[in-house]
Amino acid sequence: MIQYLTNNHVIVWQALQEHLYLALLPILFGFAIALPLGYLAVRFTWLYHPLINTFGVLYSIPSLALFVFLPVILGTKVLSPVNVVVALTIYTVALLARTVADGLRAVDPVVVQAATAMGYRRTRRLVDVELPIALPVILAGLRVATVSNISLVSVGSLIGIGGLGQLFTRGFQLFYLEPILIGVILSVVLAGIADLIIVLVQRAVTPWTRAA
Amino acid sequence: MNFSYLTDPAHWDPSNPGSIPNLILSHLGYTALALLIGAVIALPVGLYIGHTGKGSFIAINAGNAGRSLPTLGLLMLMVTLLGLGLLPVLIALTVLVIPPILTSAYAGMRNLDHRVVDAARGMGMRPWQVLSRVELPMALPIMLSGFRNAALQVVATATVAAAVGLGGLGRLLIDGLAVNDYSRVLAGAIVVAALAVLVDLFLALIQRLIVSPGLKGS
Repeated sequence: MIQYLTNNHVIVWQALQEHLYLALLPILFGFAIALPLGYLAVRFTWLYHPLINTFGVLYSIPSLALFVFLPVILGTKVLSPVNVVVALTIYTVALLARTVADGLRAVDPVVVQAATAMGYRRTRRLVDVELPIALPVILAGLRVATVSNISLVSVGSLIGIGGLGQLFTRGFQLFYLEPILIGVILSVVLAGIADLIIVLVQRAVTPWTRAA
Repeated sequence: MNFSYLTDPAHWDPSNPGSIPNLILSHLGYTALALLIGAVIALPVGLYIGHTGKGSFIAINAGNAGRSLPTLGLLMLMVTLLGLGLLPVLIALTVLVIPPILTSAYAGMRNLDHRVVDAARGMGMRPWQVLSRVELPMALPIMLSGFRNAALQVVATATVAAAVGLGGLGRLLIDGLAVNDYSRVLAGAIVVAALAVLVDLFLALIQRLIVSPGLKGS
């Protein structure tokens, strides 16, 4: 395995970079879309169920099907990485919109009333009080989304998209174990590191959760 | 959009082994088999860990570890190790369903209201009765949501399994891409997506039917 790595480090390194980029871009987009959506679902309660159900259906669509279906809707080329990014963004939003809404709904109404009584207006109350309290729930959702995105990107190699999945298809075509094994290990390690980073960020930004 | 493959009656003829109904059947067959084997392995372990509290570490981390395993890599690894065929694919699919089933069985047992269990004991129920009449029914909603996750995961991965020579609906996607028959790819994507949604709805319905009405408070 070391031998394979030294001989192919350029390919492996490039695959790793593409993988990271294809997995994390959707997290950024997805988070940016899910925050307002989740908030709207809490603000207008009649929106909650339709929104959650719609995303529940989207989330259940298998990734390979979504990867090949999106070009029809978006007008992109089948081989375009945009399809993978959009598909993973959809999954991220599906997961996070729900956690954002559930996190905000779980904020103790007494705390919200106290903040209102102290003179917080709606927007500042949301940013300074409700979001921080909901943060542990939201970040737990973000961990799930990040880890599953990192493992899903590799399916994109079946439609010719880069990333660590390229090592799988390469190894499979040659019936050669090492690239597959390296790809699996790197993918799992990458997911573990990303997960750990979010945990550390969570510890840093929500110090009060450790006091309990 | 070209729906010609989907709407061609020849592709719906059950006597043709590669027709859509037959692909759906084989797809559901792999899914059911993997879920069955996975449940037989993971349910007792998850329930035991949840009931006794021994080995919680395994149950909590199994879920995360399972999510981080790249399904395609696992499939190709198994096939490269064991050769083409149903067995390596089934092993890979089973490995994928074990974590969500195990973790949810554990979580279901852990989140029980202990006062209810104490009350059941106080009423004179034997340990076996406590388990079968109180703990299991109360853990059921969480266990079933884990099972639904596992089912979705298998339906999706069974699609990917066509890339390593297995049948199922993934064949339409993989073969269609290989020969640039985009109409076939589209048919596959639509049928797979519909199947996944239907399987989830079906399991949601079962959940509604078998979960005790007393547990359905909002």
